[in-house]
Amino acid sequence: MIGNDHAEVEETLKRIQSHKGVIGTMVVNAEGIPIRTTLDNSTTVQYAGLLHQLTMKAKSTVRDIDPQNDLTFLRIRSKKHEIMVAPDKEYLLIVIQNPCE
Amino acid sequence: MAPKPQKRKRAKHAKTKMPLPVGEEAEPLNMESMGHPEIYPLVLTTKTQEIFNCRVDEDVTEEQPYKLIKKEDIFADFANRAAVSDFYPVKKIVQEYPGDELLLVYDRDFKYGLNFYVIGTEEGKENYLNPPELPEEQEEYKDHIPEETYIYKPPISKPWVSLGSEKEIEEESVKESTKQITYMISRKRSEFGAPIKFSDQNASSVKDAYIECTAYPDKNFTLKQLERDVGMQVVPQIKETSTQTRWTCPKNATTQYYPREFLEEEKEALGQSKTLTEFLNGVCTSVEIALQQNEIMNTFIHDWKCLAEEEGTFGDKTDTHLKEYQSFTDLHSLTEKMITCVSWHPVIYGLIAVSVAVRLSFEERVHFSGKLLLQPSLILFWSFSDPIHPQLMLESPDDIFCFQFCPTDPNIIAGGCINGQVVMWDITAHADRIENIKAGGSRSKKVTLKPMFLLEPESNKEEMYIRHCAVSSIESGHRKVITDIHWLPDTFEINRLGNVFENRSGISCQLVTCSADCTICFWDIRPQKAVTPQPQAEKKKEESIEIPFDIPSTFLHLDLSWKPLSKIRLSKGETTLDHCPTKLSLSEDNLLYKAQEKILAQSKAVKAGEMNPYQNLENALSNILKPIDDFCTKFFVGTEEGEVIYTDWKMERDPETGRFMAKKPVSLYTVHDGAVHTVQRSPFYKDIILTVGGWNVAIWKEGIMTGPLLQSCCAPKRYTSGHWSLTRPGVFYIGREDGYIDIWDLLEKTHEPAQSQNICITMIMYIKPWTFSAKQQFIAIADYYGTLHILEIPWTLSHPSTNEVSSISHYFEREVKHLEYVEQRKNIREQERREMELELEKKKVKTFQKSKEQLEAELKMDYESYLELEKNILSNLGLTKVKDSKSYMELI
Repeated sequence: MIGNDHAEVEETLKRIQSHKGVIGTMVVNAEGIPIRTTLDNSTTVQYAGLLHQLTMKAKSTVRDIDPQNDLTFLRIRSKKHEIMVAPDKEYLLIVIQNPCE
Repeated sequence: MAPKPQKRKRAKHAKTKMPLPVGEEAEPLNMESMGHPEIYPLVLTTKTQEIFNCRVDEDVTEEQPYKLIKKEDIFADFANRAAVSDFYPVKKIVQEYPGDELLLVYDRDFKYGLNFYVIGTEEGKENYLNPPELPEEQEEYKDHIPEETYIYKPPISKPWVSLGSEKEIEEESVKESTKQITYMISRKRSEFGAPIKFSDQNASSVKDAYIECTAYPDKNFTLKQLERDVGMQVVPQIKETSTQTRWTCPKNATTQYYPREFLEEEKEALGQSKTLTEFLNGVCTSVEIALQQNEIMNTFIHDWKCLAEEEGTFGDKTDTHLKEYQSFTDLHSLTEKMITCVSWHPVIYGLIAVSVAVRLSFEERVHFSGKLLLQPSLILFWSFSDPIHPQLMLESPDDIFCFQFCPTDPNIIAGGCINGQVVMWDITAHADRIENIKAGGSRSKKVTLKPMFLLEPESNKEEMYIRHCAVSSIESGHRKVITDIHWLPDTFEINRLGNVFENRSGISCQLVTCSADCTICFWDIRPQKAVTPQPQAEKKKEESIEIPFDIPSTFLHLDLSWKPLSKIRLSKGETTLDHCPTKLSLSEDNLLYKAQEKILAQSKAVKAGEMNPYQNLENALSNILKPIDDFCTKFFVGTEEGEVIYTDWKMERDPETGRFMAKKPVSLYTVHDGAVHTVQRSPFYKDIILTVGGWNVAIWKEGIMTGPLLQSCCAPKRYTSGHWSLTRPGVFYIGREDGYIDIWDLLEKTHEPAQSQNICITMIMYIKPWTFSAKQQFIAIADYYGTLHILEIPWTLSHPSTNEVSSISHYFEREVKHLEYVEQRKNIREQERREMELELEKKKVKTFQKSKEQLEAELKMDYESYLELEKNILSNLGLTKVKDSKSYMELI
């Protein structure tokens, strides 16, 4: 059972990582501490800290405007790549993709 | 009615006009005011009442309120009582009374203010006594009053009684204290209405035109304000205070933090938790949708912008030809020369160095060797400002076939000689001569053009040549012509075994040369530590040789004793014929063209601060160096036979002999039909190499062992030189043996050149483009007859289009994939072939295994079918009769 879950987690992350242009994937807990990552430690820690704060801010913004609304997805498009954050109650999935060739 | 009041009025009037004397002898008060002037109210005391028998309620009652009193009685009373008499106030009336008897009426109601009154006139008496009309009149009068409106009774004037108010009025009234002045101004009638003319006049100019009344302070009029109206308001009291914190000495405080992280076990535990799985399952779809969106299309692309080419074109877009800019020929030389190598000065604009060699074949060289010795072999420095006289001439012991400026110090030049020696020059002393090139233009005008043979032998032509600093040792260097020389970049160093180390000295201090004697040598320009007594003795000998005074002593330690650091022999294995390298390309090639800024910065730093590091080369050796791991020590070599070899310079231990030997080449390809004369890395991609040789061109990618990415088909003319374009990643220039230059553009055509242009009439020996600015790019083309042509590259050839780098890299990737596909196909074909062979084999075996019975059965069947066929034919022909009837019978 646990082994199954573990394999599933790994398989899902691998699938996401194998998409075209994906630079890195990481799973971060609700406090911004990384759990799983495909990038190096310093980069991971930096992304986790910054994006966690930004996600909290975005979530609170959405909730302030309409308390019945909630943040489902956050995409930040920059010149070089796109950062996608999928928030949840306890975790955060961060994917960095390079959309252009 | 009316006349009576009027009468009274008239009487009243007459009386009021008289002035009123104030005194006791005033007229007795009469009832004028009430309309009865004849009635004089009196007060009668009881005594008087007794005397005159008009006691109240006894003699004088309501029915008969009056009493007639004789005048004499009143006079007697006067005589008796004088002023005390009650009739005294009316004494005068009594005296003037015409009749004898006065009527005294008892005023019960005090109608007239007092208890009695006297009627002073006869008429009044009579009226009173006979008042029948009166009550009627009064009644009538009273009746009339309610019917009529209020009759206006004008106020009856009375004599004014002063009460002291005149004084106040006098005080308050305004009277003129002074008499007013009156002026009368008259004018002639005719002047009225005449037009008026106004004119200006300066008041000061005309005397007495004005009278000044200057103001002066007059004490009489200064008022002291003793009273003033001032508003007051109560406000709360405000007090301001401030304080400052005590500022103790400031200290730098730092905070260091590290991010919170989970330990491995925690991570594992979390990773296996169910919540994580659920989360990922839930979130995965949206993430994948988002990722796929990006893969499908980039929604943020500005299609319109991407469509357009860069607009700021300089010059004509349709112009694609190289334009002739300048050409240089050495007119002073006696023999015919050819240019062997061209190099632009990395720093100075418009300066190009050219190495010239005599245009003779080997036999001719041997034949003319005596004459050739007398002529100096030169490297000429040409400048744009002076096409006739070279700026500098570097002298070398023999013809130079290749040379290069040192990347860290452009005043150091290393060249490879035809005799196998490496020659070093140091032109720091002459640097100022070539730096101010533009100023040199005026100099050339002074110096007249004279061919060298006209100059006198004692002229300072010797001084124009700059002698070399050092040459390598003849015995231990190369034996044959040095075909290629490169400076190693200042980022790494090599030791004897080929191991790579960090370069701490910050300068390029090592060279690599390859020569026709099948060796590649690494040289170090720093003095070697290893000292043995024998070399010392040799050195001493050499020291006794005179060294001309004007040569810098930079490389004195190397002169004639310079040995290579290591030698690599490109052997072909057991055969004696070795590879003969013609050109090298190292992995970390000095991108001379791109390092311009670096050199400028470095040279400035050198000038500003310490001495030139090249003067202190011994210091450079003392650093303890750190080896660099993961350094790619492989490089490409082009050989005379047209092979392209990819080999390693690291030495490995030969297991048999225990010596260090060069490794075997990693890959070897024979692609070209002639000697490979260009092996060059692309300035844009570190792993793309262009090789030109024979009749074709090949582009390689480092790491792909299967073959070249692009191999052109044979050209009609031989290719003799080639170079990548410095600014466009898909463009390279190839020079042909008939003087044409082929410009290839990989974005346009990959099977043939995009353009072809004629430059000169003879073989092109060397091509070298150079960028001076974004707008000016030149290409130097050296030909076989010794002329150096400088052409300007047009905008279209020098300016890359947008995305050109990515397009070309895509092209190369596609080619790589194509090669892989070809390999795969080869494998597949191999497989197919093998399979087919196997099948054939199998088939062959199968035919043998068919048994005899089967064969017989088959034969039998064949025979039977043949018999049937025969029958049918015969029956069709009508030759068989018997069977027909039988068949008919069978049918029935």
